[in-house]
Amino acid sequence: MADIYVYITHKNGVADDSALELLAAAHKIDASAAVTAIVTGSGADLDKVADALAASYPKVLKFNQVALAYPNAEVVRKLLVNILPANAVVLVPHDTFGMDLSPGLSIKLDSTFVADVVDIEALDGSDLKLIRQEYAGMVSTHISADIAKGAVINVRPGSFAPDESQSASGSVEDKSVDDSDLKVQRTFLEVVEAEMGDVDITKSDVLVSIGRGIEDEENIEIADDLAEALGAVVSCSRPIVDAKWLEKSRQVGTSGKTVKPKVYIACGISGSFQHMGGIKGSPFIVAINKNIKAPIFQVADVGIEADILDFLPEMTEAIKAM
Amino acid sequence: MEILVCVKWVPDTAENEIEVNRDGSDIERDDLVYSVNEWDNYAVEEAIQICDKVGGNVTVVTVGDEETEEVLRREMAMGADNGLLLHDDAFDGSDGRGIATVLKAAVQKGQYDLILTGAQADDGAAQVGGMLAAMLDYPYASLVNKIEVDGDTLKVGREIEGGNQEMNAIAMPCVLSIQTGINEPRYVGIRGIRKVASVEIPQQGVDTLGIDAAMVGAIGARVKRLDYFVPDLGEGAEMLEGSNEEIIAKLIELLKAKGGLK
Ligand SMILES: Cc1cc2nc3c(=O)[nH]c(=O)nc-3n(C[C@H](O)[C@H](O)[C@H](O)COP(=O)(O)OP(=O)(O)OC[C@H]3O[C@@H](n4cnc5c(N)ncnc54)[C@H](O)[C@@H]3O)c2cc1C
Repeated sequence: MADIYVYITHKNGVADDSALELLAAAHKIDASAAVTAIVTGSGADLDKVADALAASYPKVLKFNQVALAYPNAEVVRKLLVNILPANAVVLVPHDTFGMDLSPGLSIKLDSTFVADVVDIEALDGSDLKLIRQEYAGMVSTHISADIAKGAVINVRPGSFAPDESQSASGSVEDKSVDDSDLKVQRTFLEVVEAEMGDVDITKSDVLVSIGRGIEDEENIEIADDLAEALGAVVSCSRPIVDAKWLEKSRQVGTSGKTVKPKVYIACGISGSFQHMGGIKGSPFIVAINKNIKAPIFQVADVGIEADILDFLPEMTEAIKAM
Repeated sequence: MEILVCVKWVPDTAENEIEVNRDGSDIERDDLVYSVNEWDNYAVEEAIQICDKVGGNVTVVTVGDEETEEVLRREMAMGADNGLLLHDDAFDGSDGRGIATVLKAAVQKGQYDLILTGAQADDGAAQVGGMLAAMLDYPYASLVNKIEVDGDTLKVGREIEGGNQEMNAIAMPCVLSIQTGINEPRYVGIRGIRKVASVEIPQQGVDTLGIDAAMVGAIGARVKRLDYFVPDLGEGAEMLEGSNEEIIAKLIELLKAKGGLK
């Protein structure tokens, strides 16, 4: 079995949750593998992350370089191509960084790429069996990947229970590469923070959240009415923002807001992982959807198979009549 | 500017219930409604808008067959200037790397300053753009939600976690994968589609592209799909049954208990 490496993303001196999820995923490929963490960046924050990782990973490779201060995937890819051994298996979170880094990395390493893996079943010789989802999570597939020449595997955040065993008292190795080896044709300029918007959906205990099932901009009124009756706030899934029907600040999900309400009422939302990734703190989730097979029914507490265009106004009336 | 946009004809998840067929070898394809991959419409719209500003041509390309060629016509009805169908039996069963290999050959037959793809398609892999860029040795940026042309350089915004935007300067030629929401794709009416219905669309295959057939298709694939299935994820939601009136009465009780209603 080839060596397994995990690329660690981090912010403000703290490793991302994926750091321990990827360790668990690595052990599902090979329970006895000595897994190496790779962490890049610069300054004191980087040291902090690397030291903390050594409690879980037997070996941490730390690359401290000004060119790596911001994780520009083009630069990180160059670095990894320079330092990884042949046939390495590399695990990366399937987030906006991993999506940027990994497909090209697999080509440059001449290894196999598997995106957005939700589970790992077994390794048999060089045949790795994994599970993915297709069609917006409506169906799953078993995948067979030939990893004889190594692999880059993007793992969906939240799909592996973190390995918190803290079993390693690992070593941190300071590594360096020539800055001249990290020259790329894409320069990071700045991060523009998302706009605040008219309401703060993260402050509300109850969210009436609408998705593509609302069908028309004019129908948003029925969600407004229900929210008003409940003393709730209206939030939404991404297609509603893409259509410019509501402001970006109302979007729940990985590329929107992270919310922690007590009650989340999902109306005409299918339940994609990017959407559900923005709902934390285990709220009571009510899903109203006209398709009984919608994936959201697998994660909601209570489900109602109904057309929201009829159901929401009826519910509003009933609450008003109380 | 010469822009190539890679597009795909996919089962529409908003229009269909996607179900696994009887033996799990495929999804149920009878009566499936297909449409342009959602992300691709944004990519084509962006390409058209760039050419409207700085001049140039938009070519749309797909790896497919006579049926999926429809995606090219839809995008040409939107305003793309040329279509190109990459079709060969040898392409069947390609994995992402195989598709990128075919596209790379097509890119090298042309003269493109900018190559766009959708951020992802029906399999949610988000891989072809990044692979294509690496094969061509072009710089790449994914999940792009803003493009400004500045001579030979583009200023591009990438959508990152929390809806923040990562701004980059990227040299052309380059490959960008486009995220939804970057623009508002124009609506194409029946008339527009009729106008391009009989346009001749050129085709290229293994020979004309100069591809080694062993590198593509099922033979070249290192990643293979074994089956489709619907996972059994335990109990799932408690479904409220009865008339709407009964359901609403139950729901109100639950909301009161959970702090959703005072
Ligand atoms: C990098 C990246 C980041 C992303 N970030 C986010 C994010 O932050 N937030 C987010 O939400 N998405 C995000 N997405 C998009 C995500 O993958 C899904 O496309 C999106 O969440 C789907 O939204 P939806 O559920 O409203 O629409 P759909 O998936 O189209 O679902 C609509 C649902 O409504 C039901 N329905 C239709 N009509 C009715 C009716 N009349 N009554 C009842 N039910 C009805 C349908 O059965 C269906 O289940 C991201 C995608 C990518 C690639």
